[in-house]
Amino acid sequence: MLNLTINGRTHTVGDDVDPQTPLLWVLRDTLGLVGTKYGCGVGQCSACTVHLNGSPIQSCQVPASAAVGQQITTIEGLAPPGAPLTAVQQAWIEEDVAQCGYCQAGQIMRATALLARNPQPTDEDIDRDMAANVCRCGTYTRIRKAIHSAAAKMKMGGA
Amino acid sequence: MSSVYLPEFMQKVEARRAEEAAALSRRGFIKLTGLAGGGLVLALSLPQGARRALAQPSGGTPFDANPYVQIEPTGRIVLFAKNPEVGQGVKTSLPMIVAEELDVDWQQVEVRQSEIDAARYGPQFAGGSLSIPMNYETLRRAGATARAMLIAAAAKTWNVPAAELTTEAGAVRHTASNRRATYGELADVAATLPVPDASSVALKPKQNFRLLGKRVTGVDNAKLVRGEPLFGIDQRVPGMLYATFAKAPAIGARAVSANLDHVRTLRGVKNAFIVAHQGDPLAFNPAGAAVLSGVAIVADSTWNALQAKKALEVRWDEAQASKDSWKGAVAEAKAIATKAPAQVLGEGGNVDAAFASGKTVEAFYTYHYVSHADLEPQNCTAWFKGDSIEIWAPTQTPQNAVDAVAALLGLPKEKVTLHQLRGGGGFGRRLANDSVCEAALISKQAGGVPVKVQWTREDDMAFDYYRPGGFQALKAAVDSAGKLTAWQNHFITFTMDGQAPVSAGNIDKNEFPANVLANNRMAQSMIRSRIPTGPWRAPGSNVIAFCTQSFLHECAVAANRDYVDFLVGVMGEPRATSAGPFGGGLHTGRAVDVIKAVAERSGWGRTLPRGRGLGLAFHFSHQGHFAEVAEVSVDASKKVTVHKVWVVADIGPIVNLSSAENQCQGSVIDALSTAMGLKITFENGRVEQTNFHQYPIARIDKAPEIDVHFLDTDYAPTGCGEPAFPPAAPAIANAIFAATGQRIRTLPFSEEGYSI
Repeated sequence: MLNLTINGRTHTVGDDVDPQTPLLWVLRDTLGLVGTKYGCGVGQCSACTVHLNGSPIQSCQVPASAAVGQQITTIEGLAPPGAPLTAVQQAWIEEDVAQCGYCQAGQIMRATALLARNPQPTDEDIDRDMAANVCRCGTYTRIRKAIHSAAAKMKMGGA
Repeated sequence: MSSVYLPEFMQKVEARRAEEAAALSRRGFIKLTGLAGGGLVLALSLPQGARRALAQPSGGTPFDANPYVQIEPTGRIVLFAKNPEVGQGVKTSLPMIVAEELDVDWQQVEVRQSEIDAARYGPQFAGGSLSIPMNYETLRRAGATARAMLIAAAAKTWNVPAAELTTEAGAVRHTASNRRATYGELADVAATLPVPDASSVALKPKQNFRLLGKRVTGVDNAKLVRGEPLFGIDQRVPGMLYATFAKAPAIGARAVSANLDHVRTLRGVKNAFIVAHQGDPLAFNPAGAAVLSGVAIVADSTWNALQAKKALEVRWDEAQASKDSWKGAVAEAKAIATKAPAQVLGEGGNVDAAFASGKTVEAFYTYHYVSHADLEPQNCTAWFKGDSIEIWAPTQTPQNAVDAVAALLGLPKEKVTLHQLRGGGGFGRRLANDSVCEAALISKQAGGVPVKVQWTREDDMAFDYYRPGGFQALKAAVDSAGKLTAWQNHFITFTMDGQAPVSAGNIDKNEFPANVLANNRMAQSMIRSRIPTGPWRAPGSNVIAFCTQSFLHECAVAANRDYVDFLVGVMGEPRATSAGPFGGGLHTGRAVDVIKAVAERSGWGRTLPRGRGLGLAFHFSHQGHFAEVAEVSVDASKKVTVHKVWVVADIGPIVNLSSAENQCQGSVIDALSTAMGLKITFENGRVEQTNFHQYPIARIDKAPEIDVHFLDTDYAPTGCGEPAFPPAAPAIANAIFAATGQRIRTLPFSEEGYSI
């Protein structure tokens, strides 16, 4: 039995689930939080990025047991239903970043962590962090633009 | 429509569909067909029995103007998007066309994915950059017809002439009496009125467009940024189990036996069984009832299925498996290039005389196989229910998927229900329905339980319908004036059956520059192969443009001429090279316009520091004329930095500027990524790359600035998902030549020592 704190709520995962199951699959299959995506399973593409105590991690590389007692945030937890979207989410909509959209949850999670640490990143700062994430559609130009736009929104006092 | 511009695979499946639907006029007039829920309904001309009533929302009778427009008395305006969304933006751009003619504000509109129903919607697929050209006119008329009926409803209600009425933002206005009614208020009356002939309804002049050509953000963006379930992989069905399907390392081998009894004892495993080889899964065929042999493991979670697969031991029969070797193919191609071609596909003028009298240039180009690598690995959820089946799939060809599953399971098509889900990337991979066939069979063999079949990244890379590799031995001549006088291509490709090239491994005998040059010869030789191939973003063009535009640049260099001047000279007088729908084939005038425009925007001809260069390339594909310039620098270790790429396109009027620009930028980055470092190789029938560490898709730090400009023309609007891809690689290669004097003749460039 594992108690996982995800998006501020405690979820109990039963003994039917192998504690060594990567957090990614517990989120998706056991808890139905399918916003976190499977892309490679080997820590290469970062589609599965979530926050562990505020830092971006690849959830395909972390056993669920290692997440016990930690604060996990997924894409669903950035702006719970009814709550306003974060500046990053708003910027992603306004800049029309997505094409297929499959990688974007991971991109948004990493961008959110970047801006929390570095509120006014340069292009080089963005490239250094965001190079962990693959976008097969090649929306990188707009990802840069959206991160700058979100940074500006946050400076103005947004979420 | 003429079949010329329908991709070959769609021609085959559509030909069969056309026979079945011979009685139906699927793309004809809109006419009155009958009553539904008390309201009149318009539909594309069909026998009454072929229609299926739309789900009726609560709160009154909706005005189902046609399959694309539904107006509820509450005022809600629902527009239906007919084609699969895989990142090309059609779930937004197709309804925009309806909204423009309906005269509604985009904010008033709710877009829904339509059901998959050939009777109501005609062909529904995402391929060939055809969604816009094939649907533009139909969707305009769908919007305009609904608008005309709402005007008629207001005219009747107010007893005024329809000619005195105008529309704006989802309302009809009578200025003289200062009366206004929303479409919702008019829905009840509109539903009782006769339906006008769609071909007689006036369409807006382009200068009155308020929505088309503007930047509109994707209709699913708000759901995407919240991580809501949209994709095939996100599908969950009550009682659903999770399956992995283990196929042989050697493509086409068949499972003989496996340690199934042991696997069934493993954690979470509910079932494990061999699935027999069916049909011809090595041949790309979206409607093919075909499955590679393998072992299915059905478990209570994806992870438990994957863990059990690690303990799986299978005995494979490799008698009919691929034995192919990429290294072997390269050696064979080099030998073939020294001999006469096996066949001449087309010939014009006197090539040999031109070679004898001019300065000749020769070069041998090579391009590797590549994988689609959609970021969402292939997956499908299926629930076999004895005499019917329900499918949830992120496919690019949902109608073909229904055909394939019906044939595979021996079910009537009406018993196959397919729910179309968003695809996490397409690029042509999801034109094939192999994962759909697998899921259907596995659900059936598992006893009729709902099953999600999930491919791993490794599965996705090992079992693809790859972009075929190939070779071109090119020879050309320039005369003393520096003019191109002859062109010969010995096109060396692969064949499975010994008769025809593999899927997407063919070339047209009139491929540029044969279509503009008197002395031309297109010849072909083929190498036997059993590696599955299929369409991959801008099939054919994605490699042909690289060879053609690089080699033409070689010719310009040999002629000591500037490439823009040389290329414009090759195009000659402005003319259409062939007729056809959606603007026909290459138009040399449109080509010259984009070439000159991109030269101007990029500052072509300016002086650059040592190690830095500009390269230009043009390609016509998918009815789109595209010219691109790359500015690169190259250091001593052959590390390439692509600083900026300029794209100028003529695809007629733009539907959604945001999406069109995004597609062009994405295509350039995809092309840069693929050209610089992506390849699939195989030995003894086994693909050697397994995951992204061996297939290095470019990251954000390699993405250049990309300037996109669309010429404002009045040609028919055409698609944008593919044609920006082909010119990018040769533009970069030509820029590397300008910077270094070194010619690259291999895709990917990493084979010649370059990196990014």
